[in-house]
Amino acid sequence: MEPVAIIGVGQTAFSPNRKDQTYADLVYEATAAALSDARLSIANIDNIVTASNDFFDGRTISSMAIGDACGAAFGGGKSISTVEGDGTFAAFYGLSRILSGNYDTTLVVAHSKSSEGDLRLLTNAFFDPLTERLLGLDWVSAAALQARVFLREKNIGNIECGNVIVKNRANGAKNPKAHLRKPLSIDEALRSPLLASPLKETDVCPSSDGAAAIILASKSFAQKKSERPIWVRGVGVCADAPLGERNLAESKALRLAAHQAYQMAGIDNPTAQIDLVELSEQFSYQELLWLEELNYRNLSRVNLSGGCLSAHAWIVSGLVRMIEASLQLRGQASNQISNAKRAVAHGQYGLCGQSHSVWVLEN
Amino acid sequence: MVQKNRLKRSDFIFIESGDAFQPFQYSVGMEGSRFFAELRDHKKFWGLRCPSCRKVYVPPRKICGPCFKTMEEWVEVGPMGTLSAFTILRFPFIDPETGEKKPVPYGYAFILLDGASTQFQHFLKIDPDWPPAIGVRVKPVFAENRQGKLSDILHFEAA
Repeated sequence: MEPVAIIGVGQTAFSPNRKDQTYADLVYEATAAALSDARLSIANIDNIVTASNDFFDGRTISSMAIGDACGAAFGGGKSISTVEGDGTFAAFYGLSRILSGNYDTTLVVAHSKSSEGDLRLLTNAFFDPLTERLLGLDWVSAAALQARVFLREKNIGNIECGNVIVKNRANGAKNPKAHLRKPLSIDEALRSPLLASPLKETDVCPSSDGAAAIILASKSFAQKKSERPIWVRGVGVCADAPLGERNLAESKALRLAAHQAYQMAGIDNPTAQIDLVELSEQFSYQELLWLEELNYRNLSRVNLSGGCLSAHAWIVSGLVRMIEASLQLRGQASNQISNAKRAVAHGQYGLCGQSHSVWVLEN
Repeated sequence: MVQKNRLKRSDFIFIESGDAFQPFQYSVGMEGSRFFAELRDHKKFWGLRCPSCRKVYVPPRKICGPCFKTMEEWVEVGPMGTLSAFTILRFPFIDPETGEKKPVPYGYAFILLDGASTQFQHFLKIDPDWPPAIGVRVKPVFAENRQGKLSDILHFEAA
């Protein structure tokens, strides 16, 4: 694969309620930040891929409501397309468009405002209306089933999950964009009330309002116009079977996505060859489950930004992982490690991580 | 015994979604909030002008899409306007705010408020003595008790 570069990144701050802003306003904030970061104007953007979910936005074809805000109407109109799912899947589509040879630059932007809808009802609507929805399952109760199976299978206890929470919340406290910026002690993590056993309140990521954008560019454009391109050296995307039809103790889709990405990037020993991982963990146990499938053992190098347990806007959070990994590779992260050369960013979507994408990024 | 995979029409089962609904709290944003507050408090229409192409957006929004510029120059427009498009509807819709059927027939219109560049949409009063036509002048009729939303205007009618 001809390498494609990330040449601009932008994100809003993540907070429980941006009442002052429409979601189009958030999209503009992220888009303008990414353009400014890339030192480009909207005229330099050849096409746009957005990520959103009509149910979350409460209107049909909600991506049409952000056309002005992401520059799709600029200069008489640009090619714009939309992915319903995590922003990393929109990035994969954007990357494909560049590799088609028809575009030099793609803006990828994702948004959501959990504060505008009822998350329990919205995620209950993910389920089959004929056989599942009526039983009341939502994203938390579904994850509780996955946690039960995974933790038993791997003989993992509360302490290991609590350590993930403490680590991510400590990292999030250093991230000015994070939603939760207060560190949590192991006692606080373990003593929080049960939501759906075995999941406690602190095991669950917050649901934030926010938006994020990246600008992808062809190799020739990036070499000419970007001072600090971050290169996509490998990428893999894979979807799994529905909830009742897969083994919840593992994630075959993530394993396959990681295999594709590692193979493309020439990685055979992930722990030794990858300096940091930005992971989309909606729940504490998911960090441990996803790391098993990524075959990555260096927990202290995972989610240096605080991860989803510190800030999580639906649809947006995978793109934030790509942004935070890029910032580490540029030496500009809020919780910077030294000498970061290669990073993995991970996105997921659906109940209990039905679909995954894995990105190997290098500076 | 192998059963034939065939059903009579009356044997097909349907599952109703029932009364379940998805409530939303849509943010109106900074620009929209000011627009509705002016309607409510002063019965006035305000728009935002693009610094680049000078188009005036009503209702206002943050960005002029074709220029990709933020807008900050507020301009009062209307309340008089010109009818640009209309239809008379013969089928009702359920008003989402009241849950009641909108009586038919009713008129629906695109109105270019004086000084605005974008079409404002609202109901058009039907009056047997005033057949509407593209290009005629119209004015808004406001509700007595205004709450900062689109229904603060009852309809537009002959000026």
